[in-house]
Amino acid sequence: MDLKLIRKTTRLVGLTLLVVGGAFAHAAPGTVYVSSEKDDALTMIDLATLTVKGTIPTCKRGRHLQLTPDRKLMLACSDSGVADLIDPATGQSLRRIPLGDDPEAFDLSPDGKTIYVSSEDDASAVFFDAATGKKLKEVKVGQEPEGVKVSADGKVLYITSEVASLVHAIDTASGKIIKNIKVGKRPRRMAITPDGKELWVTCELDSGVTIVSTADHSVLATLKFEVKGARAQDITPVGIQMSRDGKRAYVALGRANHVAFVDVAARKVTDLVLVGKRAWNVALDKDEKRLFVVNGLSDDLTIVDVPGAKAIKTVPVGRVPYGVVVVE
Amino acid sequence: MRGALLALILSSACFGAAGATLKATLISPENDPRLDRTRTERAYLGHPGGPAADGVQVALDEGGFELEAAGASVVLSPATAGSVDAARAAAQAAEKAGAALILTDLPAAWTLAVADAVKLPVLNLGAPDDRLRQQDCRPRLYHLLPSERMRADAIAQTLVSRKWNKLLLLVGPSAQDQLRAATAQASIKRYGLQVVASKPFKLSTDPRERDLANPLLLTAGNNYDAVWIVDSDGEFARGLPYRTVLPRPVVGDAGLVALAWHAQFERYGAPQVSRRFFKAAKRPMTDSDWAAWMGGKTLLALATSTPKGPNAAWAQALAKTSVDGSKGLALSFRTWDGQLRQPLLLTDGQGVIAQAPIEGLLHPTDVLDTLGADAPEKLCKATR
Repeated sequence: MDLKLIRKTTRLVGLTLLVVGGAFAHAAPGTVYVSSEKDDALTMIDLATLTVKGTIPTCKRGRHLQLTPDRKLMLACSDSGVADLIDPATGQSLRRIPLGDDPEAFDLSPDGKTIYVSSEDDASAVFFDAATGKKLKEVKVGQEPEGVKVSADGKVLYITSEVASLVHAIDTASGKIIKNIKVGKRPRRMAITPDGKELWVTCELDSGVTIVSTADHSVLATLKFEVKGARAQDITPVGIQMSRDGKRAYVALGRANHVAFVDVAARKVTDLVLVGKRAWNVALDKDEKRLFVVNGLSDDLTIVDVPGAKAIKTVPVGRVPYGVVVVE
Repeated sequence: MRGALLALILSSACFGAAGATLKATLISPENDPRLDRTRTERAYLGHPGGPAADGVQVALDEGGFELEAAGASVVLSPATAGSVDAARAAAQAAEKAGAALILTDLPAAWTLAVADAVKLPVLNLGAPDDRLRQQDCRPRLYHLLPSERMRADAIAQTLVSRKWNKLLLLVGPSAQDQLRAATAQASIKRYGLQVVASKPFKLSTDPRERDLANPLLLTAGNNYDAVWIVDSDGEFARGLPYRTVLPRPVVGDAGLVALAWHAQFERYGAPQVSRRFFKAAKRPMTDSDWAAWMGGKTLLALATSTPKGPNAAWAQALAKTSVDGSKGLALSFRTWDGQLRQPLLLTDGQGVIAQAPIEGLLHPTDVLDTLGADAPEKLCKATR
């Protein structure tokens, strides 16, 4: 067999594998989905091999990505002004729900019936009926609203305003603002401790997390990050996720290119893991053994071994990746 | 000056909170020649596109919730001045009326007169002149717009990062061009670049002056990596790219230009800021508008951090204030000359090509201080 033929055969085999892989890709036991702002597609990464196994075309400028209570993928697309609801089993879009102008992030009511959206252009929190796409309520908030989080009982909606450096606590029943909570500069994302007592808010231009009491909406503490060799202004936290037991928080430190593991009770950083450029959002797998970190400025995803606190692999994904979700 | 802007009031009264009111006055030139339609239509990079009041107003309009949460309020009054004396008088009148701060969008000499006429902090929104940060600096004078030196350093850094070391420097005829050329030379020296030739140019079609006016003749006879043009007026520079003898890029006042802002900047939430500005002012946000917007943001930061005032407390807080300029970092004022440290954007007018400080550049305390006069240079003798 001459060289040319070998090459041709290899390519053919590769192609066959790809086709077969494609057919089974959606049914695979574990997949990581990554949204990217400039591809109008989700990138799928196989959880077993940690390689890209395909993409799903979707709406324009996909940003926040989240699982619905019935385990469907919901992606907010800022330029299309819709949420794309995708069935992870088939990789097909089930339907698109209009979300108004320039939706950035959202959260769902615990029953999945209401979508709470931050509308960046209108500076408002908008409530949508998830079934009909009907706009239910609109609450004016500070400029550039971003992170959205609903309390476990569904009664309080928290939304950050990047410009006003506030978290607005909104009563979901009346749509009235309960309190405007002053937090650090440029608040981005939030996580609530599983006991429901603390709201953790990442503040991008404050190199830290502001911890708010959900009982009276007072500020309990401010946690500042430090990374050896990085100056405070380069530590710009954004994405945050808590472990199921609420003992640990994982915070992406943006331009410091690290992820911090935080002991929630002690409010202390235990580990720092080097990842890609401008670590943006994070997600854990089911066993909480692996952490997936989206790197906004290096167009890739870093996979971190949680017990070892070490990055094990970095996989190229779409252009300007934003959100990440693991489906197992 | 837009007629609509008679008094901007964001009062805590409508939110029912109690706190002192931060009063400020914005002094702009009467019949501002920079804003003649014939000039703004040309949209030269680095030239203002409209009144400073537009940017300040956008910032204050954004601040409603922040002020409410702090129980604070801001009142901005506009004033215009047709001469240095009128500017001085307007500043004194504002001080008498209880203003805590004065914002200026005035020529350098008028800005200085205002700073010397009152005991209030002055936020300079519109004068990029180096002398206001160096030999003529004042203890209570703060600068939102980057200095000429900062812009020149940003270009020099970009040239270093591209390894375009050999430069042909073309300098315009005005006194301002001479000053800015000296600044360019200082940046070129600071970053170890080399000027292979420096030539004057003149905007002319007179055949007797063609050595000064013809781009092909001006750019012949030397070997260089880039042409750096200093043209404060802008018309000659606009026609220079693609008209050089050698196929080399143009930087400075045309080609690649270093600015505080460009409406096409895509990072750090910048598109939202540019969009809000466009909605309000019906024109793209320029770097001057960004400086004015930052002036408004500074007022908000003061009013919300120290909601009760009094004026003296605001003046004191100003030095330590940091402001979010949607350029990825919290920005603060340099202690030695009152300049707002900030990243700069390198643009060809269509998009943002690069940012400065360039990656990999090191500085003992803050890499942003690689742009503009640094502390050890001790160019500002005033004690702050």
